Amino acid sequence: MIQVQDIHKSFGALEVIKGVSFEVKKGEVVCIIGPSGSGKSTILRCINGLESYQRGAISIEGAKVDIADRSITDIRTQVSMVFQRFNLFPHRTALENVMEGPVFVKKVSRAHARDEAAALLDKVGLGSKLGVYPAKLSGGQQQRVAIARALAMHPKAILFDEPTSALDPELVGEVLAVMRDVAAEGMTMVVVTHEMEFARAVADRVLFLEGGTIVEQGPPQDVLRNPQHPRTQDFLHRIIHPME
Amino acid sequence: MGFWGRAADYLPLLMEGVWLTLVITFFSVVLSTLLGFVWAVMAWTRIPVLVAISRGFVMIIRGIPIIVQLFYIYFVMPEIGINLTAMQAGIIGLGVAYSAYQAENFRAGIDAIDKGQIEAAHSIGMTDQLVMRRVILPQAIRIVLPPFGNTIIMILKDSSLVSTITVAELTRQGQLIAASTFDNMTVFTLVALIYLALSLPLTFLTRHLEKRYSQP
Ligand SMILES: Nc1ncnc2c1ncn2[C@@H]1O[C@H](COP(=O)(O)OP(=O)(O)OP(=O)(O)O)[C@@H](O)[C@H]1O
Ligand SMILES: [Mg+2]
Repeated sequence: MIQVQDIHKSFGALEVIKGVSFEVKKGEVVCIIGPSGSGKSTILRCINGLESYQRGAISIEGAKVDIADRSITDIRTQVSMVFQRFNLFPHRTALENVMEGPVFVKKVSRAHARDEAAALLDKVGLGSKLGVYPAKLSGGQQQRVAIARALAMHPKAILFDEPTSALDPELVGEVLAVMRDVAAEGMTMVVVTHEMEFARAVADRVLFLEGGTIVEQGPPQDVLRNPQHPRTQDFLHRIIHPME
Repeated sequence: MGFWGRAADYLPLLMEGVWLTLVITFFSVVLSTLLGFVWAVMAWTRIPVLVAISRGFVMIIRGIPIIVQLFYIYFVMPEIGINLTAMQAGIIGLGVAYSAYQAENFRAGIDAIDKGQIEAAHSIGMTDQLVMRRVILPQAIRIVLPPFGNTIIMILKDSSLVSTITVAELTRQGQLIAASTFDNMTVFTLVALIYLALSLPLTFLTRHLEKRYSQP
């Protein structure tokens, strides 16, 4: 469903993506791991058309992702994104945050959008917080609203960029649980994460990215338990034994 | 005849001036707001030509005294075939001059909105136009409103500058009365009090807005 072919991306003279190719099939969950600055966010942002790329091609079910083309807003409605810092609209309630896309982008009727938003918030465990503003929600709750907001677009895929990295440790679990549910319902997902447990349990495939290239990829039991490349081994070692 | 007696004599003429002052202020506020918003949005688009035009314009306008801009519009424009009444020239002059200050204010308001939200809005397929309307403006207005109140007060006071291009607003009416009666004391005290009476409510309104919008 998502095709990434030999993508290159530079910021000025700095080349941050140096020829990345991978494919995500419908219903697949792909986790991207890798050190800071390796280009994980940049790849997600390219897939969602928030960032342009200089070479290569990205397509969603055959439709090319081209930031300069009018079709880009269409593509963005088909691929939702969940951000590290939640990025909720602070001037709108949880319910309004979730309704915003359906009502104003997809032109769904307000009544229908409201019912569905309420149902989605209920599903992520926030049925009692519909009228609450983001400032009054914990980080974990905000991120669950953000996931509901993404789901409300009925996207073909959801991209998660370190969705739990900004959370207090005790709030990580509630967000991962929701993500696991979403995955179980067959949603196509690309997840940048440092949560190895989640990757092991939920991912169909893990990509290890470093220096703008995919160093190693495969099923989680291979990449995470038995990495072949010394760089992957080193990275995983540092994640698992951060004090060494 | 005491102060109040003489004041009562001058008041009808001064009130004619007050009316013109209010008209000029009103239309200058409207014009400067619309234009200022245009400059701010042009700067926001990040389209190089538009950004350059907006920046250049704001820089030029801010670098020239308003009174000189008024002279330019009223006295120079006719030489290139553009004839404006003194009122029109005054409103356009003040409106354009203040649009530069308004633009700065609007730009600050727009810039204050967290970029992450704008990305989130884009990521659910919002066009730039929709992002502006649904995400940026509703939040920017809280930031922009208190300084906007101050701008209205400044425009009200600076509307006295159009007295120099023959518009018989409050200040000019005062000058005319003073010139014929030599009663500078009464006339200009009265003129000052009237400006104060007009601007004080705006000052209180601005304070109120500042308080109301300082907490999220
Ligand atoms: N807008 C930008 N302008 C210039 N350089 C950028 C920009 N965005 C990212 N970069 C650079 O691109 C590289 C890759 O960034 P990216 O955010 O994709 O890394 P990441 O793998 O997501 O890292 P992290 O784990 O810290 O989020 C970094 O060196 C970063 O400094
Ligand atoms: Mg990142």
